[in-house]
Parts: sequence; C-alpha cells; structure tokens
Amino acid sequence: MLINQFLLLGAALFSLGVYGVLTRKNAVLVLLSVELMLAAVNINLVAFDRYFVDTEAAGQVFALFVITVAAAEVGIGLAIVLLIFRVRKSANVDEFDLMKL
Amino acid sequence: MDFDYHALLPEIILAGTVVGVLLVDLSPAPKYWTAIVGLLGVFAAAIPILTLGFCGDLAFCDDSGVRSMLGDSYVVDKFSLVLKGLFLGAAFLSLLLSVSYLERDRYWEGEFYFLMLASTLGAVVMASSRDLVTMFVGLELVTGPTFLMTGWRKGDPRSNEAALKFFIIGVLSAAVLLFGMGLVYGATGEITFEGIRAASANLPDRSDALFNLGVLFTILGFAFKVSAVPFHFWTPDTYEGAPTPVTAYLSVVSKAAGFVGLLAIAYLAFAEARVNVWGPALWILAAVSMTVGNLVALRQTNIVRMLGYSSIAQGGFMLVPFGAALASNATSVQLESVFSATVTYLLIYAFMNLGAFGVVIAVRNRLGSSEIDDWSGLFRYAPGLATLLAIFFFSLAGIPPLAGWFAKFVMFRAALSIGGGWVIALAVIAVVNAVIAFAYYAKVVKSTWFDEVPTELETDALASERVIPSLKLALGIAALAVIVLGVFPDLVAGLGNLTTGFVE
Repeated sequence: MLINQFLLLGAALFSLGVYGVLTRKNAVLVLLSVELMLAAVNINLVAFDRYFVDTEAAGQVFALFVITVAAAEVGIGLAIVLLIFRVRKSANVDEFDLMKL
Repeated sequence: MDFDYHALLPEIILAGTVVGVLLVDLSPAPKYWTAIVGLLGVFAAAIPILTLGFCGDLAFCDDSGVRSMLGDSYVVDKFSLVLKGLFLGAAFLSLLLSVSYLERDRYWEGEFYFLMLASTLGAVVMASSRDLVTMFVGLELVTGPTFLMTGWRKGDPRSNEAALKFFIIGVLSAAVLLFGMGLVYGATGEITFEGIRAASANLPDRSDALFNLGVLFTILGFAFKVSAVPFHFWTPDTYEGAPTPVTAYLSVVSKAAGFVGLLAIAYLAFAEARVNVWGPALWILAAVSMTVGNLVALRQTNIVRMLGYSSIAQGGFMLVPFGAALASNATSVQLESVFSATVTYLLIYAFMNLGAFGVVIAVRNRLGSSEIDDWSGLFRYAPGLATLLAIFFFSLAGIPPLAGWFAKFVMFRAALSIGGGWVIALAVIAVVNAVIAFAYYAKVVKSTWFDEVPTELETDALASERVIPSLKLALGIAALAVIVLGVFPDLVAGLGNLTTGFVE
C-alpha cells in the first residue's frame, strides 16, 4: 500500500490548521482551525495503522480517542467563547488585550 | 487475568471523590461539605500510595515489585508512586487555598472542587501511563478542567480573556503533541513506551527522519504545557487573569504533570533520540526559559505576573538536567542522577510555589491589590505574612537553609557530573540566572520589610484582620515542608533517587 498521499494530505491539513490559528481573528474560526489540525492527526494515524496492518489496531483506537477528546474540547471552547461574547460583545481574538507585558 | 485493585486504589478513590463531591453539591447539605469531602478524598487516596510504597513491610500486601497492567500501558512503580504523592499533596494544598478564596466570593463551590479533583485524577493517571494513548488522555484530563477553572470569575473580563488565551494555546499544543505522537507511531509501529524504545533502537534508515520529527513535535507539545520559552505567551496572562488558587494549581500540579509526561516519554520512550533530538532541543529551551523568564520578571510590577515569569524561569531550571543529558557519553548512573534531579526539583518547587501563592492570596484578601508597590511595609501590620513571604521567596531564590537551595544544588551537581563543554555552558547560564532571580525576589522582600506603608492604608484596621484557618493550615504545611526539607534534604533526595527505575 502506498502511504505518501495520505501523509501529504495530513501534512497539508495540519499546515492549513496552523495557518488558520495564526491568522483568523474570530475565536470560533480559530477553534475550527485547531479541528483541522486534529483531523490531520487522525488521517495520519489511520493511514499508518493500515500501512502496518496493525493487528491490535492501535492507530485506529488512538484516532477514536482523539475524536472523543476533541469533541469534549470543543464543548469547553464554545462555552468559553460564549461567555466572553456575553461580557465583551465580541469574539475577535485581536481585541482581547486587557493584559500586556 | 487478575485485576490489581490495590495498585489502582488511589485512582479509584479519587474518581469516587469526584462523583461524591457532585452528589454532596446536589444534596441539601451546606456547601462547605463539598470542600470537606474533597479534602478527605484526596487524603484517603494518599493512603494506598503509602501501602503500595511500603508493600514489602506489610503482611497483607503481595509485593510483586513493579505492577504492570493492561498490556504494559499502565505501570505502578516507584516513579509513579512518588509523583502521585506529589500530585495529591499539591492538590490538597490547592484545595485549601481555594476554600479561603471561594468562601469569600461564593462562587459555585461544588463544581469548582469537582473540576479540580478531576484534573488531579488526570495528573495521577499520567504518572502511571506508559503508552501514548493513555498519556494523551491523562494530559487532556489535566488540562480540560483547568480551562474552565481559569474562567471561573464569569463576570470578570480578565478571567474570561485568560481562559480563552489558555484554551487556544492549550488545544494548539495538544494538536502539535498529537501530530508528533502520530509520527512516532508511524515510524515505529508501537504505542507503548517500552515498544517504542525497543523498535527505535534498530529503525530502518528511511524511518529515522520520521521518528526524529515525531520526537521533536511531541517534545514541543510538552514544552507548551510546562510553559518553556518560546511557548510561554499564555502563561503570564493566564496566571494574572485566573483566580489566584487556580494560578497556584496551574503553576504546580499542571506544570508538574507536564514534566512527568516529559520525563517518562523522553527517558523511556525516546531514549534513543536523547543525543540527537531532545537533548539539544531541551538544552535550548532550558537556557532561553531561564534567561527570558528572569529578565522579564525583573520589570514586573504585579506580583502574580512576577510569579508567573518566575515559574517560567523555575521551569527552565527543571529543564537543565534534560539539557545536560545531551552528552553522548553519559553513563546510566549519570542519566539516573539527572533524572532524579528534575524529580527532586519538582517536589521542592511544589511546596515553595504553593506557599508563595498562599501568601499572595492572604495579602490580597486584605489589601485587594496585587501591585508590589501597595504591599510595601507589609511587615508593620502583618508580620506573620511578611515572614512567610520572605521564607517562600528566599526559598525560590535558592538561599540556604530553605529547601530551594537543595533543588538548585542537585540540579547543578547532576549537570556537572556529566561535564563537557555544552553542559558546562548550560550550568554557567543557570548560575547567572540564579543571581538575576535573587534580585527580584529580594526586591519584594525588601519592600515588604523595610519600606514605609502607603499613606492611604489604615494599618490598625489591617492589623486586626485574621487569616482564614484553611489558608493558615496550607501556609503552615508549605512553610514546614520548605524549612524541614531545607535542613534535612536527604528526605527528598531519597525520594528522588527511588524514581529512576526505567532510566537506562
């Protein structure tokens, strides 16, 4: 089985995610960019799992855990974004600069 | 297969306490019972750690040495027991600090203790986990609740902002960590640490680069957790905005959890990548963290921010032994000594930093300010707190006979025993930084002891205020530990030396 195409897809998605985290201003979109990075990890894990024909399916199990934890994290993240939006009437990460050096 | 309930008892008790706290919160009982249940649960969870530790001397205990479960994914050895003890002790003190804080402001007590205990459970799981999946889940269990605890003051924009910054950096670092773990799995085909070490010893040439890249990403993921420079940007803001007991918890339990993960994964799973990848990488992080942390701490006017930068610098000191391990000719005895140096530093750091934050909480309860200028002349109206402040700050600075000196001493001794140009250079950087650090710790102590009280403060009213008993207890325990461990350092050195079981 060829694995390169999956790894390239994973690397591209991961890079897009990092780019999004660094450039997006809306907190929800930053969150979505992190999800892209996690999706890249899952693609890698499942691809490696199939490549090794892992009898314990460790890569796939790992991917399942990543999906579950990511869901929990999004729950926490949206709660925090909602909270900050109520108080500040904005979800723009550039405006959150009450504390500086 | 027999299930080893004894080995898992600390986790079981802690998980039970987590649920128990919620149930008490639901019941009509007064809210302070949630804190009592939480404290008792943490105390009870520490008992099986003692029985497991002294298993050989106990009649009822079946001493089978290292207890390995779930296909070597979950191991209860001396390393995990010592660090579980550290986590439970630090969580106990953090809970005591929180009681005094939450009761003043009446903030959702039950849920708060629930989250703090759940996070502690994650740290305890991390100390035993010996595969990538368990380590990752443990780490997320540590950090998830801390995001919420950071934003606990719902109406305070600073607290919200701290939570959002912490959350974004936290999930970003988790993604980087996972990407690295994925690559390591891809290079070796293994997820248990033992398996990775065995497989990485004879990798085919084409997998070498993949493995090294995976190691680098994983280490960088942990560098966020231990707030090493240049991955520290969240730290000062989060520390300043979060409720102070949460800051204390973050700077000790959460940071220690990061270090535990780093210790197990670097020295066990990535033992083969020590000379080429993580030794040099952590050498750089250690040098930069110490220098930047200390230099920026010098110009802080807010004491919580100052302690934030100070904890970055202290993290740098804890990374020095990792950096010293880059020497290719290091023997296993030398590696054991650098390993135990980090553990010893962590054990001592936990008490002195929690104590320092305890004093900050006590003084802030009185003055309502954490600006260092407002604290001047503290000794005139609160001599006890000023004395404790001096004890903890001088310990952080590393002045004998307080425990901090021994932490720095073992760190230097372990590094210098390895020797070699790069290691000596790192030790020199550490010495210079220890001197810089003394400047800002001493500045606060000087201001609180010798300067005049700001004129607008009414010292008579301030002098008559009392410290809440739970806070008194926490400060007492921390101060006792700092003084006793400083005078009898063998106690903590012995614990540190116990932990080196899997270092080769």
